[in-house]
Amino acid sequence: MTAVAADPSAAYLLRLADDCLVLSHRLAQWSSRAPTLEEDVALTNIALDLLGQSRALYARASELDGSGRSEDDYAYLRDEREFVNCLLVEQENGDFAVTIARQLLFSTFQLLQWRALCDSTDMQLAAIAAKAVKETTYHVDHAVLWVVRLGDGTDESHRRMQAALDSLWPYTAELFEDDELTRQLVTRGVAVDPEKLREQWDQTVERVLREATMQQPAASWAPTGGRQGLHTEPFGYMLAEMQHLHRSHPGARW
Amino acid sequence: MLAPTSAMTDAVRRAVGQIVDPEIPVLTIADLGILRDVRIDDSGRVDIDITPTYSGCPALDVIRHDVEDCVRELGHPVTVNVVLAPAWTTDWMSDEGRRKLHEHGVAPPRRRDSGARLLELEVACPVCNSAHTTEVAHFASTPCQALRRCTGCREPFQHFKEH
Repeated sequence: MTAVAADPSAAYLLRLADDCLVLSHRLAQWSSRAPTLEEDVALTNIALDLLGQSRALYARASELDGSGRSEDDYAYLRDEREFVNCLLVEQENGDFAVTIARQLLFSTFQLLQWRALCDSTDMQLAAIAAKAVKETTYHVDHAVLWVVRLGDGTDESHRRMQAALDSLWPYTAELFEDDELTRQLVTRGVAVDPEKLREQWDQTVERVLREATMQQPAASWAPTGGRQGLHTEPFGYMLAEMQHLHRSHPGARW
Repeated sequence: MLAPTSAMTDAVRRAVGQIVDPEIPVLTIADLGILRDVRIDDSGRVDIDITPTYSGCPALDVIRHDVEDCVRELGHPVTVNVVLAPAWTTDWMSDEGRRKLHEHGVAPPRRRDSGARLLELEVACPVCNSAHTTEVAHFASTPCQALRRCTGCREPFQHFKEH
């Protein structure tokens, strides 16, 4: 199994799919551990939406790369270097504030990306995006409510929300990077230019942080490499846990 | 096999339309608007289009199998296609479906006009019909429902969210 799919559209779809799958797994790790029952249900429902989105994207990628791989093959039988998700979604859950900060930063980006992809020349991708727009709108709402509530809450909740934001902020730069693949596919109308989403993302995040009485972190280092399969340390551990059952018992069924 | 008639298509559509949603079993897939199309070709082969409510809805795989079983029992070979476009909306839920949900204690989704504005402003309590209700949580036992509470009779209840 090769890391880079031969068909450029398939390679692009894997980036979108891996973002969804990895964040879905991170959120599923909250199951039975969230601060309240309602939050437990909310985080796992968001995880379920993301899992559904990833399945549709993997299925489309498989059609395009002609590999005949199943959704499970992509999820469970690729190694770390073959995953092309952004670094932000693989970061550890931390406390609840870290998870919520990650949700705000990523879902805001993802919603803008889905909206733009509704006009993709790949009709199946456009259909997936049109469905996902509705779902991700809820994810953004959920994150915004919590960021404002915690940021503009007690001294302790404010301190932890700000610390969470500061720790994740460097990973946001990678979201807007373009490369040879995106440039090629933007020309064909398949992909969106991630750089074009930056301005609206900045405006939305800035507005939410202001309402939450929080400080926008200054630009500092900008780690990157996820789209080339170079990941941060926590990812290997997550993948080992996620793939363990399938690899130990190939073909296991419910 | 005789050439397909509209009566045959209707019979298949009626039978398949009675299949219930495994997560909200008061509703049929016809009530929900997820049964999108039924076609029969000259050889008697049936093609059925269904669409998911939410991308990750786990009920869809069960529904797909139920549809296949149902059509085979009617004596037709069948292919079930999952179509994503146009994206499912609660505006496709039938009046009958809305009535059943209300009886079941779930507030049905509000209707929208052609400009996508909600026609009713309040979500009414399915127990006492009070219009004074508040949202407790965006998500409930399934992704398509929210948890609300009635400030009149104090009962908590689920609301099938507009989507």
